[in-house]
Amino acid sequence: MLTVEDLKTYFHTRAGIVRAVDGISFEVKAGETLGLVGESGSGKSVSGYSLLGLIPTPPGKIESGTALFGGVDLLKCTASELQSIRGKRIGMIFQDPMTCLNPFVTIGQQLMEPLFIHEKISVSNARIAALEALREVGILDGDRRMAQYPHEFSGGMRQRIMIAIALILKPELLIADEPTTALDVTMQAQILDLIRRLQRERGMAVIFVTHDLGIVAGLADEVMVMYAGKIVERARTRELFYAARHPYTRGLLASIPSNHSGGDLYNIPGLPPDLGKPLAGCAFGPRCSNKKDVCGMGQPTIKAVAPLHYSSCVRIQEGSL
Amino acid sequence: MKPENLLELQDVRTHFPLTKGTLFPRLTGHVKAVDGVTLDLKRGEVLGLVGESGCGKSTLGRTIIKLIRATSGQISLSHEAQGGVQMIFQDPYSSLNPRMTVFDTLAEPMLVNGFATRATVAVKVAELMHTVGLAPRFMRKYPHEFSGGQRQRIAIARALALKPRILIADEPVSALDVSIQAQILNLLASLRKRLGLSIIFISHDLSVIRHLSDRVAVMYLGKIVELGSTAEIFAKPQHPYTRALLSAIPLPDPDLERNRERVILAGDAPSPINPPSGCAFHPRCAYATFQCSQRQPVLARQGTSETRVACINL
Repeated sequence: MLTVEDLKTYFHTRAGIVRAVDGISFEVKAGETLGLVGESGSGKSVSGYSLLGLIPTPPGKIESGTALFGGVDLLKCTASELQSIRGKRIGMIFQDPMTCLNPFVTIGQQLMEPLFIHEKISVSNARIAALEALREVGILDGDRRMAQYPHEFSGGMRQRIMIAIALILKPELLIADEPTTALDVTMQAQILDLIRRLQRERGMAVIFVTHDLGIVAGLADEVMVMYAGKIVERARTRELFYAARHPYTRGLLASIPSNHSGGDLYNIPGLPPDLGKPLAGCAFGPRCSNKKDVCGMGQPTIKAVAPLHYSSCVRIQEGSL
Repeated sequence: MKPENLLELQDVRTHFPLTKGTLFPRLTGHVKAVDGVTLDLKRGEVLGLVGESGCGKSTLGRTIIKLIRATSGQISLSHEAQGGVQMIFQDPYSSLNPRMTVFDTLAEPMLVNGFATRATVAVKVAELMHTVGLAPRFMRKYPHEFSGGQRQRIAIARALALKPRILIADEPVSALDVSIQAQILNLLASLRKRLGLSIIFISHDLSVIRHLSDRVAVMYLGKIVELGSTAEIFAKPQHPYTRALLSAIPLPDPDLERNRERVILAGDAPSPINPPSGCAFHPRCAYATFQCSQRQPVLARQGTSETRVACINL
């Protein structure tokens, strides 16, 4: 339902060009969840924002690529065309619900706003739809709650309201950018359960951006791992966790404490590269314990290494690892 | 005080007064951040203190180190631990002074407390940096020139400057990416072995706690609800809250994650201003009975298990 080809988003800063997203391609299948995993600065959030035209320009610029969504190229849309897709056919939720909700407007008005923008609907019908949306995310006394302001809700409640707003027009695709990172684990479990249930009921596709491999393990059908602006590995979830085909993914999995009992954790030495500087060869090379001469020769491209399994590791592609 | 203990807390309470009005403030209530905690820290052990935001775990850490004065209760240090408690904080961006070089940051406590003289301080700073895995040639750099992981190393070095016996680590890896987090956890584990430190490790992340701690204390709304060895608590959690907390951590293993039983708690944790009567967890507990809203449970051993649990239904 969404096909992204060679998306490049660069930031033109005074210090030079930062290649935040550097040529990524992927597709999202209807009704499926795609997990987009990476550490801070890997370009995972920028990828999501690029699709919805939410990159501040300047300094950001989408340099190339296409993103076909139902026959429309999201990257070539005019502002008003995007406006009619965003919120209606693609919903988005963010990490911090406090900065995304308007503190001066009641929850009820914020819930009904997308209805008034995208549909010709009477106030009373909008109110019914808003109440229904609140009920769906588990806020029961909606009548009273609609008249309240964001500060009157807890963090978990605000995230539920964000989800209710994003889903009120029943979008076909939801982009969730670290929606549970600011929440406690028990609240996170509630929100993930909610997303899972709503997705099942509506057959909606989800792009779930997170740094937490545990969340992806439970939620995603397919996983993409990003490093330094590129996708380094992409596979069906079980395949990725049990037969990772990239040294970075393997390193990440080994450095999670819950995969261990006693002994030292594996740690990936060093730091991610500075994306403002051109890279010679594989971006992960300097931190990789399996590095050989071949890794320094040219930028690796992602290729199929098994059915439905793609890796950008040159050594895995040539079968020497 | 028991000979194996370095630190003992007896019924410690830290309450913050709530007032209304600026000219004639009147007391309207208390935030009971820490509400009757009895705990000990043994020589050489890592004690994990786990709970969700607002449960009082950070306030407890700050109360131990006397950044906040306890409202009541006793905090006693064994003779060898006197003056030897240091703390590291969550955010290495705000806990270091941006105008001080690594050298200044590390030299100051040693000079002030007579651990070094002007003549020896450079050598001692270099030693300290080496201990935490930083190259001494970065001595003259400022915090902003370092990455998050390296800054946390500087903060750890600063805490170690006065050779403490006890280290209180308040969410030291929460702000870091997984691959960097692993580096800091390994460092803490090796420091504990090399320097014989006892550590109180405060975190909301159970998998991090499990990795590092010998014993775990689970906090809910200012009280400890379960206290026992890490192995026992993770293998056989007894308190309904501990069980819910354990089942809420996402496991990075698709088969396990999809097939396990989940206890999903409803609602939010109640406010520590007006905690529920009886057991503070009862409004969210699936097993709560009428008795739970009437009686305050006490932390007690159940059967043959060494773990102590505060639940009247066990």
